[in-house]
Amino acid sequence: MSAFSAIGEDRDVDQNEFTPGIEPQATWCPGCGDFGVLKALKGAMTELGKNPDEVLLVTGIGCSGKLSSYFDSYGYHSIHGRSLPISRAAKLANPELEVVAAGGDGDGYGIGGNHFMHSARENHDMVYIVFNNEIFGLTKGQTSPTSPKGHKSKTQPHGSAKDPIRPLSMSLSAGSSYIARTAAVNPRQAKEILVEAFEHDGFAHIDFLTQCPTWNKDAKQYVPYTDVQDADEFDFNLGNRRDAGDVMYEAETRLADGEVLTGRFYQDDRPSYDQEKKRTGEMPEQPLAERYFDDDYEWERSADLMHRHR
Amino acid sequence: MTNDELLWRIAGGSGDGIDSTSKNFAKALMRSGLNIFTHRHYPSRIRGGHTYVEVRAAPHEVKSRGDGYNFLLALGDSFARNPQEDAYYGNEEVKPLTENLDELREGGVIVYDEGLLGDDDLADLNERADENDWHVYPLDLRGLAREHGREVMRNTAGVGATAALLGMDLAPIEELMEERMSGEILEQNLEILEIAKSEVESREFTHDIRMPDPGAGHDEQQVLVSGSTAIAYGSIDEGCRFISGYPMTPWTDVFTIMSQNLPEFGGIAEQVEDEIAAAALAIGASHAGAKAMSGSSGGGFALMSEPLGLAEIAETPLVLVEAMRAGPSTGMPTKPEQGDLEHVLYTSQGDSNRVVFAPGTAEEAYEQTRWAFQIAYDYHIPAIVLYDQKLGGELKNVDESVFDREPNPSLGSVLTESELEDAPHHASGKFERYRYDGEGGVSPRSIPGQENGRFLVTGNEHNPSGHISEDPDNRIAQMDRRMEKLTSIRATLDDAETSNQTVYPPEAVDEDRTYGLMTFGSQQGTVEEAVDVLSESGYSVKALGVSDLLPYPEAEVRAFLDSVDHCLVVEMNASAQLRGLTQKELGDVGSKLSSLLKYNGNPFEPEEIAAEFETHVEGGGDEPSKNTKFVPAAGD
Repeated sequence: MSAFSAIGEDRDVDQNEFTPGIEPQATWCPGCGDFGVLKALKGAMTELGKNPDEVLLVTGIGCSGKLSSYFDSYGYHSIHGRSLPISRAAKLANPELEVVAAGGDGDGYGIGGNHFMHSARENHDMVYIVFNNEIFGLTKGQTSPTSPKGHKSKTQPHGSAKDPIRPLSMSLSAGSSYIARTAAVNPRQAKEILVEAFEHDGFAHIDFLTQCPTWNKDAKQYVPYTDVQDADEFDFNLGNRRDAGDVMYEAETRLADGEVLTGRFYQDDRPSYDQEKKRTGEMPEQPLAERYFDDDYEWERSADLMHRHR
Repeated sequence: MTNDELLWRIAGGSGDGIDSTSKNFAKALMRSGLNIFTHRHYPSRIRGGHTYVEVRAAPHEVKSRGDGYNFLLALGDSFARNPQEDAYYGNEEVKPLTENLDELREGGVIVYDEGLLGDDDLADLNERADENDWHVYPLDLRGLAREHGREVMRNTAGVGATAALLGMDLAPIEELMEERMSGEILEQNLEILEIAKSEVESREFTHDIRMPDPGAGHDEQQVLVSGSTAIAYGSIDEGCRFISGYPMTPWTDVFTIMSQNLPEFGGIAEQVEDEIAAAALAIGASHAGAKAMSGSSGGGFALMSEPLGLAEIAETPLVLVEAMRAGPSTGMPTKPEQGDLEHVLYTSQGDSNRVVFAPGTAEEAYEQTRWAFQIAYDYHIPAIVLYDQKLGGELKNVDESVFDREPNPSLGSVLTESELEDAPHHASGKFERYRYDGEGGVSPRSIPGQENGRFLVTGNEHNPSGHISEDPDNRIAQMDRRMEKLTSIRATLDDAETSNQTVYPPEAVDEDRTYGLMTFGSQQGTVEEAVDVLSESGYSVKALGVSDLLPYPEAEVRAFLDSVDHCLVVEMNASAQLRGLTQKELGDVGSKLSSLLKYNGNPFEPEEIAAEFETHVEGGGDEPSKNTKFVPAAGD
């Protein structure tokens, strides 16, 4: 018998289940794109029939990090840039948990960039949502890794001399096996993409455009948007890295010019990390977390290793 | 040092197989009934560079590296850089023979490889040998090895020569070879061992040193273990089945031992992108219901400061180990030092809320690692095992029964689903995981996936259900509760059957003595042997090895200091960190504490401590050593 009865239970779920009984008032500004992520996530979890007690949402720091405060599940509001190493270890300890990591563009592509690259490479079976508003919001409007070249802010008074990060291309080269971009202003697509991402067996990275009405007024509300799957201009196979790379390059370049391309950019079916580790014999078949509740388990002892030292 | 002990030093270059040869030699001596203690000295290089291992063997208990050595097997550095006298780093090829030759005792024996080292390299060796009554036996080790097998087997030839000169029975060595090798390799090694032995036996011996007589031998089965092994095995016996890390000397040993054993035990080992991730992964695994650990050495531990602080405020159980090496920064990567004490006690923003143990021996490393897990999971607090390159790498024999213990896979203070059903929940639906009224400051946790257990963790200050809160009353309640855990942990440790602090000699616990020596971590055994040396010279002296550094064992240290007139604090760093901590914790002992410090990359030797004690504390004795530094008492 599992010690975690919330996991894998077949049930009908009401969207309200992911809203705390007494809702903490969100500190996001009116019109903030972050509300769109919260709504899409609640919608996706409801559609997937998840139990709030089987979901672990790990967030970083920034406005985006507060997602775990307003979404009712097990939440871990961690530290700046570190949502991925915490969440992926939780997934290894208990692969049956539904694990989501979320953070902003500074969090994921800046301070946590190393973790992003390696988590994608390892292809953990989890979803990673990056709230991309092209600005540092909570610290009041500094230039971020995705801010366009020339972006002026208090810390870049003469305009940024740096080209922005290309998050989709970076994700592809790092090894994510599902890559999509959606926007808060497109709730229907956002929910669909999130559902797909959760159903995908591997590292699913969603670059989620979240408008910042307070600190990034110059930036568009990410409308109008074009879904690359619906655009005649782009006819490509999601599993083809070269084609995907081309379309990503276009999406990233055109965003700076105000053209918003969203949709699915890449998907492959390479084995997830836990599958690979099970194959090499470095991961138990049964979730490790279950073992500590199993009174019958015969724990191995160091005494079993003494023959090496005699 | 008494004369009934062997201090065998095998010296060569990195990559010359010094480590494995010395380990087998030590094991053979252990099996023959002797007590063993080894000391490793090596450079931060893959190939070449002066490396040696000392194997100290005696019928009596040995707790430290010895004073100098009395047998040198110099293989020569076969990977030396340009072997010229005026080279930047000197002639590396001959260093295994010439470096630290001053430490060879009078009457000592030298075996060197004539196949590598010629007369030109050894200008004044014979002259010095005459002066010091050294007995030199050159032998073409590699020529012999090449003739009967392969050149790399020269170490075996060296061991054969050693056996001949010490009158040692080959059986335990042959037995070990048979366990580790097979086929042609085994045949050749056995042949080389035999031939080298008989070749040397045919010579005329001028030396007096012989293999010590083990007497009755050991009462029970012995095992040869390092501090790193003991830490890893303590973790395994506590049910730790998750480790994450990034390689860094000397922490890599623990990481390697765990990574090699965990898959077989259904555990998970993760080598990750950096130490921030390493500590964060251990937090994630622990949060999800695994017993997890991570660790590093000073530089990597610096990167862990941030997740360490998160574990403190989030109260996620976390065990870290920190293997000190000489700092600052990259420092001296393969040399021991105890300079990270303050780093480990205080790193990360805010008030420290963690537990730090510094075991003094391999046995203590095992016990205190087990303590670290029990406290981390019972009290939801990070627990750190602080050790160093010396304790981690040195081998000693211990009773096998030390490890014959019940496992403890308990997750500590965790609720089951049925308990969660009745546990207090906030009206929002969240389980109140951070209640003010937890016993001893501990509010039990739930594990993700448990029905009715969901709550929010945050690195921000938070209210009982985990939501961010900056309310002053809540802040005080949560802070006080977290700090209260340290008081309850101190009480738990004080009430335990055995203290982690070691008074030496044991019978001196309740006795007054004139002098005290105090130390922490790996220097404990050496300080105890210094007490033996001083006692023999007629001094009234006893020692205290402190292991609990946070929460500090105030009562025990106070009792010790009350029982002596003056105390010399011995530690391997330049800023007297243990002494500073003791003064801070006790407040009024500054006039009683002086310091003996060493930070040249080499651990203390027992007689070195005794000699400096006599010079500085007693005010007689020899000139002060250039290798250590004395700092007199300066009040509070």
